[in-house]
Amino acid sequence: MSAYTPHTPGDVAAMLSAIGVGSIDDLVAHVPAHLRERARIGLAPGLTEPDLRRALGDLAAKNEVVTEGATFVGAGAYPHLAPGVVNQILLRSEFATAYTPYQPEVSQGTLQSIFEFQTFAALILGLDVANASMYDGASATAEAVLMARRLVPGRSTVLVSRGVHPHYRETLATYVQGLADVRLREVPLDADGRTDMAALAGLIGPDTMCVVLGYPNVLGVVENVAAAATAVHAAGGLAITATPEPLALAYVRSPGGCGVDIAVAEGQSFGLPVSYGGPGVGLFATRDAHVRAMPGRIVGETVDAQGRRGYVLTLATREQHIRRQRATSNICTNQGLCALAVTVYLSMLGRDGLRRLAETNYRRAHAVAARLEAVGVPRVGSAPFFNEFVVRAPGAARAWEQIVARDGIVPGYPLARWLPEYMDTLLVCVTEVHDDPAVERLVRTLTPAGPAARAQAG
Amino acid sequence: MLLPEPLIFERGSHGRSGWSASAPIADPVASLPAELRREDDLAGLPEVGELDVLRHFLRLSQWNYSAATTMYPLGSCTMKYNPVVNEDMARLPGFAALHPLVPEAAAQGALEVVWQLERALAVVSGLDAVSLQPAAGAQGELLGMLLVRAYHADHGGPRGRVLIPTSAHGTNPASSALCGYDVVEVPVGRRGLLEPAAVDKVMNDGVAALMVTNPNTLGLFEEEIEAIARIVHARGGLVYMDGANMNALMGVAKPGDMGVDVMQYNLHKTFSTPHGGGGPGAGPVAVRAILQDYLPAPRVVRRDGAFAWETEAPKSVGRVRSFYGNFGILVRALAYMLRVGGPGLEEVTRLAILNANYVRARLTGAYPAAYDTPVLHECVLSDKQLQGFGVHTLDVAKRLLDYGFYAPTIYFPLVVKGAIMIEPTETESKETLDSFVEAMLAIAEEARTAPQRVLEAPHNTWVSRLDETRAARRPVLRWRGPAQVCGEAEEN
Repeated sequence: MSAYTPHTPGDVAAMLSAIGVGSIDDLVAHVPAHLRERARIGLAPGLTEPDLRRALGDLAAKNEVVTEGATFVGAGAYPHLAPGVVNQILLRSEFATAYTPYQPEVSQGTLQSIFEFQTFAALILGLDVANASMYDGASATAEAVLMARRLVPGRSTVLVSRGVHPHYRETLATYVQGLADVRLREVPLDADGRTDMAALAGLIGPDTMCVVLGYPNVLGVVENVAAAATAVHAAGGLAITATPEPLALAYVRSPGGCGVDIAVAEGQSFGLPVSYGGPGVGLFATRDAHVRAMPGRIVGETVDAQGRRGYVLTLATREQHIRRQRATSNICTNQGLCALAVTVYLSMLGRDGLRRLAETNYRRAHAVAARLEAVGVPRVGSAPFFNEFVVRAPGAARAWEQIVARDGIVPGYPLARWLPEYMDTLLVCVTEVHDDPAVERLVRTLTPAGPAARAQAG
Repeated sequence: MLLPEPLIFERGSHGRSGWSASAPIADPVASLPAELRREDDLAGLPEVGELDVLRHFLRLSQWNYSAATTMYPLGSCTMKYNPVVNEDMARLPGFAALHPLVPEAAAQGALEVVWQLERALAVVSGLDAVSLQPAAGAQGELLGMLLVRAYHADHGGPRGRVLIPTSAHGTNPASSALCGYDVVEVPVGRRGLLEPAAVDKVMNDGVAALMVTNPNTLGLFEEEIEAIARIVHARGGLVYMDGANMNALMGVAKPGDMGVDVMQYNLHKTFSTPHGGGGPGAGPVAVRAILQDYLPAPRVVRRDGAFAWETEAPKSVGRVRSFYGNFGILVRALAYMLRVGGPGLEEVTRLAILNANYVRARLTGAYPAAYDTPVLHECVLSDKQLQGFGVHTLDVAKRLLDYGFYAPTIYFPLVVKGAIMIEPTETESKETLDSFVEAMLAIAEEARTAPQRVLEAPHNTWVSRLDETRAARRPVLRWRGPAQVCGEAEEN
């Protein structure tokens, strides 16, 4: 008997008799015998629940080399605190164990919360409408480009800033590799860490389908999105932003406010744990005019037979189950429970809480950058940033793994692993999870050992 | 008794403070130039207290049916019990609070989770290598077809077409199109099965792959799969298997033995991770050795007794998402596999097959089966005998909600008119199946004696039938301000 099946021998006998066969083997007799003979699953017998807890508890414990509060890394996954209410709601089986709301009359909880999620996503991104979510920020970026392809037919060049998160750029390249009519061109960064506007202007032309910028970009820099959007619009293309840290958008001008046509973001910061990189959730928003070209599930408001307000999946004629190979995307579901986490989180923080949290992140990160500068760990570039920035720290960047093992602190991410031109630098992220004692440890760890090292760093 | 609840944006009061993580920082820092600052001061976000938020979402939760609260016989979705212990496991701080970019030495436990799960999934599939990166089944399909494309590019140039049976799920053609393939539909035969002759007719050296679901969306095992695979292979094609229905195959047949070259799993189906109202899932891809060099980087490897991420992958098709996949879901799936064990997984499949056949045997009198062919883990019935009373599949589905059950998958697969696709899963007891069967039979009786009762269903739910046409014609896709209440406002 397996762990979660309720059948007694008596049940099985009664059911077989109702079916009219002698054994379960009879029910699979039409599967070729030689396949069945080889089908044994060579895995160990099941564990009891206490043994399972021990086995996975031991594995989890092996990861407790550094705490979250001592990990000064964002780079696409941001440590933040979340109100207890978020986890309480995520544990509600009524949300967690339902599926795509095909029967709206008994799925209004899921549907209304997605409608609220769409409203939050549109508000945060500063655009008119949003979908029910995508898998993550990276695949949302790829889907945004595929949407631009539908909106600007006949053009093939996609200009992608080198400041877009490298995983997002790689995912985009993966998604379009089978499409002969899409060509990716990289736009370089300038010495300050911003997308090089002169280079961008030189690349924009009559074949430009869209421009994709990171906002903030992978260096934590707040790009001049408005200027890029103006430039690409003048040539008849679209502007897209991809945001790995959406908390920044509570502080900086919204993508919509900068004039972009499609904005995507990774929503993990809003209530989800970093969880070794997943699951996250992709936020995806655009302007009203483009809604029918949007990928993914969308929930809309309507009324029932008695005129009561209710919600349903809508605009389904864009989707794979109706359009099959002509669908706007192959996506089937969304990232439902993660979208719910975002919805609960943003409801809890509200306008005031989110504003203050963004302010806290901005101020703490800037204060830490100033502390590091003062001890001889200078910032690279001077472009505006939010809660993440690049410092020159040759010693720490080279001995990064040893420092983590020795000090139990991750003093940033060695950026050269992604962008080789940023040799000897660390990408440092500071949020509300990093308290004052942790910041002191960071400063101590990064302070160059002596005058010689200080001179080298300068 | 269900309680009413407005939108969260309609609750609260201006000036109410939100949840706060920390005290404001006094350090003086230069602020951003005005033209870079948020332009609207976040107007529109709610201003609500903690209790109001908790109450809001608890009330919404009570408007849902879910697999935990009732039988959820949604065919092709495998709505089995999602063990609660797995939720505890995924929330262990060593997993949940682990940043994906810490050095490998600080993440050995996480890498071992990936390693163990990859190996377990390889064993179940009978294939050689596994990537856990795809975030969902459809993304696994996309990755699988990109692997096929890369393989052919490496062996004489990419091919242009993919064969897909008419019974396939819509994601199959959509995923193929996204890889640049043209889709050629292959009709299913009289028994609901794919026939070698039909494949032989369209298979040539322009075809990259056959994309097949086994058991197919009718719940039927593709009995000729090996012969079909030989035809495809003989002309240089590959066989992709949609593994959505793996709950029917554990201990019965391994895809690797059937001639399958590449497949995706749906961990939220077969391996019990919660469906979450539509995600997050996970769609790992398993491949034969000939395809493993094309899998996404990074891949977990073992060097000198330690686990590491191998990033060198010159032939890789590239990554399909950030970091390593939906790790929290992977933890849950591994927890399930460890708890159930190898012999237990075989038992899971046997009882899933027993449950589906039991429901089918008890219901085919009132709801004729689409095909007489023996079924595995799900069955497709139809509304044929009710149509004379003006009652259709949709009405049966809605009425079932009144009896306290979620509805089966309806009108799918498209090859069956008025399809009612039921997948009970192995975790439902005989008593629950009996009440479900009795509800279905009662509805069939009502269709004859009181059809209006069925046509106007549901009667006992929070809202009655919703106007989907109106939703599509005048899309209201977000809250836009207090003017819009009770669905009266036009799109602005």
